[in-house]
Amino acid sequence: MTRVILMLVFFVLCNTGGELAMSYGVKQVGEPQSFRPMALLRFVWAAARNSWLWVALPLLAASFYSLLILFSWAPVSVVIPASASNYIVGTFGAKYLLKEDVSFKRWLGVILVCVGVTVVLLTGKV
Amino acid sequence: MSHEHRLRFKTLVMVLLMVVCANTGDLMLARGMKQIGNVEISFPGLRQALLSTIQSGSIWIGILFLIAFTLCYMTAVSWADYSFVMPAGAFGYAVQTMLAIVVLHELVSPKRWIGVAMICVGVLLVGQTKPNTTNPGPGVTGL
Repeated sequence: MTRVILMLVFFVLCNTGGELAMSYGVKQVGEPQSFRPMALLRFVWAAARNSWLWVALPLLAASFYSLLILFSWAPVSVVIPASASNYIVGTFGAKYLLKEDVSFKRWLGVILVCVGVTVVLLTGKV
Repeated sequence: MSHEHRLRFKTLVMVLLMVVCANTGDLMLARGMKQIGNVEISFPGLRQALLSTIQSGSIWIGILFLIAFTLCYMTAVSWADYSFVMPAGAFGYAVQTMLAIVVLHELVSPKRWIGVAMICVGVLLVGQTKPNTTNPGPGVTGL
């Protein structure tokens, strides 16, 4: 059981950390100037040169593989609610690391989404 | 339309595009892999699977849609807060349920409807909040 809990913590931290790093990196790069192919290529090139994106990629890859391992170690009913907790942990990360202003309404929405996703995924038809 | 309304509208449109690209990409990858059949875990089996995926049109279309999803996601988080985009992306589960009903003619359990309703209300609540709280000024471009 200890290894499952440790892997769950590892998965949530990698997933949230990867997404937060990507978000931080993209904010530094700035938005694409237009949706023309050259402008999008410039945006991708600028993102590829941002170090935070290179922090995000291995973290997201690690989260993907740890999720696969979790599915082989623990029942879906344990893994799914834990993976939906990413919404809550991600919002905490956004508030304290990215300094986003998370209002009560946004918190309420995030909690509803988290519970809703757990319910949907536990019905097993995704 | 005020800057905040414009930002909210374009971010939600981008999230919708994100959801469509991710779902279509997954669907095309699944279709491509089903056409290829079971992958044998051995060197010749994996080599054959790799060659088959390279030659599969469905897989390439799936990859293109997933690249488009990544671009949409990056664009959305460049405009709005991560805590705004991330829960809004969960709207994909509602879209998947609608696709399951319309395309696959599946029966959806009441439990799943409750989950979908909770996601929709949650996304609606998040969608009403200020999209960008870290850099609330007008953007540099007119997208």
